[in-house]
Amino acid sequence: MEIVEPTNVYAYKLITKKDYFAPGHRACQGCAEALAVRLVAKALGRNAIVASATGCMEIISSPMPFTSWRVPWIHVAFENAAAVASGAEAGMKVLMRKGRVPKKKITFLAMAGDGGTSDIGVQALSGALERGHDFIYICYDNEAYMNTGIQRSSSTPYGASTTTSPAGKVIPGQITWKKNMPEIAAAHNISYVATACPSYPIDLVEKVKKAARLTGPAYVHILSVCPTGWRLPPELSIKAGRLAVETGVFPLYEVEHGRYRFTGKIERLRPVKEYLKIQGRFRHLSEEMIDTIQKRVVEEYEKLNKKVEMTEGDK
Amino acid sequence: MGKRIGLEVSLSAAEAVKMANVDCIAAYPITPQTHIVEHLSELVNNGELDAEFIPVESEHSAMSVSAGVSAVGGRAFTCTSSQGLSLMNEIVHIVASMRLPVVMILANRSMSGPISIWNDHTDVMSIRDCGWIQVFANNGQEVFDHVLFGYKVAEHQDVMLPLIINIDGFILTHVIEPIEFWEKEQVEQYLPDFKPIYTLHPDRPVTMGGVGMPYIFSEAKVAQDEPLKLSKSIIISAWKELGDIVGRYYSPIETYRSDDAETLFITQGSYGETVSLVVDELRDEGKSVGLVMDRLWRPFPFDEFREATGQAKNLIVIDRAISYGGQGGPLAIDLRSVLYKEKNQPHIINFICGLAGRDVTIDDFKNMYHKAMEKVKKHPREEDFEYYGVRGK
Amino acid sequence: MTKTRQDLAWQELEIGATLITPGNSDEYKSGDWRSIRPVVDNKKCIKCGTCYVFCPDAAIYETEEGFFEADLYYCKGCGICANECPTQAIEMVEEEE
Repeated sequence: MEIVEPTNVYAYKLITKKDYFAPGHRACQGCAEALAVRLVAKALGRNAIVASATGCMEIISSPMPFTSWRVPWIHVAFENAAAVASGAEAGMKVLMRKGRVPKKKITFLAMAGDGGTSDIGVQALSGALERGHDFIYICYDNEAYMNTGIQRSSSTPYGASTTTSPAGKVIPGQITWKKNMPEIAAAHNISYVATACPSYPIDLVEKVKKAARLTGPAYVHILSVCPTGWRLPPELSIKAGRLAVETGVFPLYEVEHGRYRFTGKIERLRPVKEYLKIQGRFRHLSEEMIDTIQKRVVEEYEKLNKKVEMTEGDK
Repeated sequence: MGKRIGLEVSLSAAEAVKMANVDCIAAYPITPQTHIVEHLSELVNNGELDAEFIPVESEHSAMSVSAGVSAVGGRAFTCTSSQGLSLMNEIVHIVASMRLPVVMILANRSMSGPISIWNDHTDVMSIRDCGWIQVFANNGQEVFDHVLFGYKVAEHQDVMLPLIINIDGFILTHVIEPIEFWEKEQVEQYLPDFKPIYTLHPDRPVTMGGVGMPYIFSEAKVAQDEPLKLSKSIIISAWKELGDIVGRYYSPIETYRSDDAETLFITQGSYGETVSLVVDELRDEGKSVGLVMDRLWRPFPFDEFREATGQAKNLIVIDRAISYGGQGGPLAIDLRSVLYKEKNQPHIINFICGLAGRDVTIDDFKNMYHKAMEKVKKHPREEDFEYYGVRGK
Repeated sequence: MTKTRQDLAWQELEIGATLITPGNSDEYKSGDWRSIRPVVDNKKCIKCGTCYVFCPDAAIYETEEGFFEADLYYCKGCGICANECPTQAIEMVEEEE
């Protein structure tokens, strides 16, 4: 079943009106990551247990004595969301097996930012994926260590200016390419890997629901536009996400048991310039750098296309 | 009375964990703890223990997984040594603050560097202030008994704190000792099911591990320290109940020929049994010596120590860890402050010995006694300490 | 009403500082943050719910008639709803003092 974002705006009525992520949280105005969390919470419903890493979403949602969580939620440390979720999942499995807790389907979710996933958290993530726990890992990728002040991460895209990869006179921002976490997850041969963006809410919700339905580990990588860190006006958060997808910078796809499939293939990619020019973190880019980015984006999109063909994911 | 067999202490520890009916074991192998986790994985894979054995990819994850297990209401067990303990250090502190009653066996091993696999107490001393209940087991039987004791105390409704059982690496873990197993009925009588106060479950959603804003953090810390202090009475009654069931009674400190002793050896861990032989030999030579063995390290047994040392003139404190740049070993440092305001202020002669498994024999301890007697004649400053038996002057 | 700063004594904290009132962040008036607020022209509104779906703060709710309004207690004035509305029915208006 292909998941595409319908052009009929009334389709949004399909999304449940129940909210498991309460308002009054301390996220910045226009935070698309908070929107993504809200949508994921809608997708999972009340029978979920969430283990969160330290990060923006953890801080803004749990300033004692307040909490935005209407589902059980635990935060332990920065790099161990996957490990804590592993323990919760395994513990609950035993408790249900021994009859100490009534049997019921509960979805276990580990959530972390790009810092807590592709850098400090990659070990715990890899371990959890390899051990095959039945849980979903969601990476909310705002492409830097936003919570501590916009420092670069391995998910920061090439050319972006951050506080530890600033656009300077000699070195023009981040000089390495963004680490491909979905591919790293897919290399663990898990049941399900997907990329998503809250600018496409139905696609996101359906993917999270699918991840919850499938047994075994699932990894969902969500591009989370950060108006504060990316230096763009808060009202453009959703548009920026859309442009990321339409330019091919962030393709929406899923890998189900090793078979690749686009969810909403863009037939003609928009030029990346349209995406880069609305963000202050790319303001310093030279024509040459934009060219490099354009070429690489098209290259990566083609590679992905070939994987779809090779694994016959479309069939 | 259960069966009594000769068994390697590591294996008996695993057997005790099995009797405690744990729900999850998450551990990463590190010498000298390996036999414990290996045997546990055997018990699980042979269907003898209904638990999840989670082969985590690091010690940091071992403690993190245990936190997750405990948070959903499962009984979690883990074990590690020196470097593994350091790696999980941040989670060790967090688990105590979150009041998750994980029980951990620490096979005491020296902290690097230089890297060493052999036994001393530098690892347990590195987490002295972490907020866990900490006890020392001195022989194989004590290890077995204290696993069951560990869960009973940790999971007590008024305690709900994680607990560490220290066992000397190699010296205990890798020796075969006579172990008396408990009967299944005895365990059922002693150790109730784990009934946490809050768990992660959709029927009653809670938030665990929120941000400690400045206006609330200090209150959270006091709320954590108080139950640790108050746990001492529960610890003592758990020991009494254990004794009533299996006939072995334990207490925060144990004394040997100390009532009229002018000089007392103070030890922690398995050295105690060796020093008791030293005390006998010195007594035969007419010396007024006794022994105080510390079993409960945190919460610190202030009253018991003050009472035991109330008449002594000299305390020979055997430390197997160092506070670099400080006044010797952690046990001596703690004791000095415990006795600071006492009317009777014994000399505290501190020896640091047995680092990284270096053998300390009966003759060595007797040597320390004679050295101590020389030192007190010269009235040294109390913070003086000696690295015993180190070559080079 | 959750007790806060000056009120909570250490004995009143739940074990492990656990928070047991789910979603009580909804007591916090994040609406204090904004300097502009959304105003909906119901004549243009087609009741599609786009604004509802895209609000990061769940600050938009459906009225009885099926229109959508911003809950000014929470609305931070980010402007996403105005930007995304397919019929441009929402305008961001300056808050008067």
